[in-house]
Amino acid sequence: MEKTITFTVNGQPRTVTTDPERPLLDVLREDLQLTGAKYGCGEGQCRACTVLVGGKSVVSCMTPVADADNQTILTIEGLAKGDKLYPIQEAFLAEGAFQCGYCTPGMILGLAGLLNEQPRPTETELLSRMNKHLCRCCSYPKILAAIRRAVPQEKK
Amino acid sequence: MMEPMETNENVELAYAKMVKRASYDFGLKRRSFMQFLGTGLLIAGAAPGLAQRSGKRGFGGSGARTIGARVHLGTDGSITVMVGKVEGGQGARAELTQAAAEELRVAADRIQLLMADTSLVPEDGITAGSGTSPRTVPSVRQGAAAARQLLIDFACKRWGVEASTCEVRDGKAIHGTTKRSVTYAEFAGDEEAVKGLQQGIPSDVTLTPVKEWKVLGTPVPRPNRRDIVTGAHKYPSDIARPGMLYGKVLRPPSYGAKLTSVDLSPAKAMKGVTAVRDEQFVGVAAPTLFLAEKALAVIAKTAQWDSSPQISSKDLFEHLKQHASVPANPFAGELPQAKHVLRQTYHVAYVQHAPLEPRAAVAEWNDGKLTVWTGTQNPFGCRSELARAFHLTDEKVRVVVPDFGAGFGGKHSGEAGVEAARLAQAASHPVCLRWTREEEFTWAYFRPAAVIEVEAGLNDKGELGSWHFININSGASAVETPYRVGKHHCLYVASSPPLRHGSYRALASTANTFARESAMDELAAAAAIDPLEFRLAHLDNDRLRAVLELATRKFKWKERAGKKTPNVGFGLACGTEKGSYVAACAEIEIDPAQNKIMVRHVCEAFECGAILNPDNLRKQVQGAIIMGLGPALREEMRFENGQMLNASFRKYQVPRFDDVPELDVHLLDRPDLPFAGAGETPIIAIAPAIGNAVFQATGTRLRSMPILLKS
Repeated sequence: MEKTITFTVNGQPRTVTTDPERPLLDVLREDLQLTGAKYGCGEGQCRACTVLVGGKSVVSCMTPVADADNQTILTIEGLAKGDKLYPIQEAFLAEGAFQCGYCTPGMILGLAGLLNEQPRPTETELLSRMNKHLCRCCSYPKILAAIRRAVPQEKK
Repeated sequence: MMEPMETNENVELAYAKMVKRASYDFGLKRRSFMQFLGTGLLIAGAAPGLAQRSGKRGFGGSGARTIGARVHLGTDGSITVMVGKVEGGQGARAELTQAAAEELRVAADRIQLLMADTSLVPEDGITAGSGTSPRTVPSVRQGAAAARQLLIDFACKRWGVEASTCEVRDGKAIHGTTKRSVTYAEFAGDEEAVKGLQQGIPSDVTLTPVKEWKVLGTPVPRPNRRDIVTGAHKYPSDIARPGMLYGKVLRPPSYGAKLTSVDLSPAKAMKGVTAVRDEQFVGVAAPTLFLAEKALAVIAKTAQWDSSPQISSKDLFEHLKQHASVPANPFAGELPQAKHVLRQTYHVAYVQHAPLEPRAAVAEWNDGKLTVWTGTQNPFGCRSELARAFHLTDEKVRVVVPDFGAGFGGKHSGEAGVEAARLAQAASHPVCLRWTREEEFTWAYFRPAAVIEVEAGLNDKGELGSWHFININSGASAVETPYRVGKHHCLYVASSPPLRHGSYRALASTANTFARESAMDELAAAAAIDPLEFRLAHLDNDRLRAVLELATRKFKWKERAGKKTPNVGFGLACGTEKGSYVAACAEIEIDPAQNKIMVRHVCEAFECGAILNPDNLRKQVQGAIIMGLGPALREEMRFENGQMLNASFRKYQVPRFDDVPELDVHLLDRPDLPFAGAGETPIIAIAPAIGNAVFQATGTRLRSMPILLKS
C-alpha cells in the first residue's frame, strides 16, 4: 500500500515512503516540516496551498503525492537564496501586501508560477490567474501594487 | 440623536456574551456533558457560570499589575513588552510595538512584543470591539512611560541631578549639561534599581503628547513581516510538537442530531490510531491527517443519529419575527399627520467570517498541565474554557496564540483547543486539530441574521417627527440613529436563532446601518430631495458631517449623482460606531444580461481621531470595504433540515481580485481627538451605499442583504 516517492524539494533530494494518495500538501507539512504552504479549503478554491511542481503552480491540497514522484518542487521556504529574497517576496514586503499573511505564500508562488510560464503577462492574464487566490483580509489593492512592482509592465 | 456613550466595560461585556461557548465537560459527572455542536443551540447548565466568570476577568482585562509585568528590560539591551492582545492581521503587533517604543523613547525595531501567552502576559481582555487602540495602546504606553521614568530616576540618583535636567533619547537617559548617559541595559543590571519594576503602574504617569509623537502616528510596518513572505512564520495550524498526532472529530450529520451509537473498533484496529468517545464527543488521532480522516470515515459509517426538525433558511425571517416580542410603534398615532410616511422591513442574511485559516489547535499534556496553541481572539477566555472542560485550575492551563490567519470577530471561542486537548488526553500524545473549511462553514458561529422594522414620518416642515426602529435578532450596535428626530424609539429584541451566532466585524451595526441608511434614502426620494442634502439637513454631529462632506466632495457627488446613464447608479451612506465615523459613495453598474450588480467605484472617508499608523489604517479601511462587498452582494448561508447547503468557497462566494472596484480611501486625521479603533466601522457604509445606488439606477428599492436583483 505504501510507496516510496523521490523528489527534489527546494533543491534537496528527498524520499518519503507513504500512502501515495496522501495530498502533497500533507506530506510537505507533516513529513518534511515545510509548513509555508497552507490549508485553506481542500478544494482548490483559495490556493493558499500553492507550490511549484516543475516550475508550474499546483494546488497541493488536491495533488496526490504520487503525482510528485521524480518531480522538482519549490515551496515558499525555498524561494529566497539565503538572505536574498526573491523579487516577488521583496515586492510584497515593500508594499506591505498582507494583513494576516496566511494567503501570502500561495499568492507569491502563484505569481512566480505564472511568470515562469509567461514572463511578460498582460494585465488580463495576471488578473485571471491571481483571481484564483483568496485573501480574506481583502488586501487585494496592496497585493495588486506588489504584483505591479514585481512584474515587468510592457504589454497592456 | 447620539447614541449614549457605552462604558469600556459594557462594550467588552457585550462581546463576551455574544458567543455561546462550547460547554464541553470531560469531568467525572458525565450527565452534565452537553455541547452546542450537536444541537445548534443548547448550553449546559454550567455555561452561564463560565460566561460570567470569564466575562468579568477575561474581557475587562485586569491589565499589567506591575511595570515589570508589562516591560522586561534585559541586561543585554533587549526590551520585551508583554501584551494579552492577539495579532490576526488587524495590525495590533505594529501598533502596540509603536506604543511601547514611543514612551520608552526607542526605535520600534528595538522592541520585542510578546503577545497572548497566558503564562507570560497580562490579561488585557479579548481582542475585539475595536478595543486595542483605545484601551490597550494607552495601557502599554502607561507601562512603558513608567519604565522610562524609572530610568530617569536611576540616572538622577546616580548623578545626583534633578529629573528636569535629564531626558530619555534612543534608549538612554541623558544629562542635559554634562551629556552623561545611562542605558536601559545598565538599569537592568542594577539589582536595587530593577526592584522599581515591581511597583504598580502609576495612573498619572506622563504620556507623550500627540504633537511630539515620533513613532506613533507613523507607518511602522508589521514587525514580523519578513517571516510572512518567507513562510517562516508559524501559524497555529503550523505548530509541531514532538510525537504529535493529527486529530479529527466526528460531526453530526445535521444541526440538532444526537449520537445514539457508534462503533469505534474499526478505527482502533488501524495501526497507530486512537479513537475516543466521551458522551457526544467522538474523535480520532493518528500519525498523519490522512490516516485520521480514514479512521474517522470508518467510524462515521457506524454512527447512528437521532435528528430533530430544524428551521430552513427559506423560513428564517418569518421564524425570527414569530419568536420575538416586537414592540408596537409608540408614535403610530402621529404617522397619519405626517406628509411622508415610511413603513418598511429590511432583512439581513446569516454570513460566515470564513477566515482563511480555519480553527486550529495543538494540545499537549505534561504532568497534568495543559498547553494549547491556537488561533483565538480571546486567549484568557479560551483558558477558562479549557479549565472548565477538564476541571483544572487556570494555573494548570496555558494558552499560546501565535499570530493567526484572521478572525473578523469569528474566533472568540476556543472549541478547537478543547477538542484537541480531549484527543491529546486520549492518545497520550500532543494532538494537532485543524477544522476543515466545511467544518468552519458549518460549526463555527455566524453573523446573526436580522429582521429590521422601520416606521418614520416626515412632516410638512421637512422634519423627522418620529423614528421607530426595531432590530430583531441581530443586535443593538448602531441601533440608534445619528440623525435629528423628534421622537425616537430604537430597540434590539432577541429572537430564537436557528443557528449558533456571535460576533462579526462591526456586529449589528452593518445591519442597522443598512436599514437606517436605506430608509433615509427612501424618505429623501419620497420628498424629492437629493440624498446628500437630505442627510445633511438632519445631521448635527460634526464628525459625521465631516466624513460625509469629505467623501461626497472627493467622489464629486453633486456633479455625478444628477446624471442619468442607463444601468448606472450612484449611492451614498454614512454612519458611526465605537467612536469612529464613516461615509461611503458608490457607483454601480448593472449587467442586465447576467442580472448582476458590479461595483465600479467606491469613495470612502473615515475618521477615528488621532491616527496611530496611517499605513495600517488604510489597509484596514480598504480591506473592510472589499470584505463588505461580499455580504452586500452575494454572501448568505443557506440551510435546510439542519444542513448547510453552501459550506464551501465554491458555493459561498467571497470577494476576489475581480470584485475590487476603483477605490478611494480618505483618512481624516484628528490629532486633537483621542484615537478610537478602526477594524470595524469602515465596513458598515458600503452595503447601504450600494443598495441606494441600485435604487438610483433602477428605481427599485432592494431591502435585503445580500442585495440581489430579481430575475
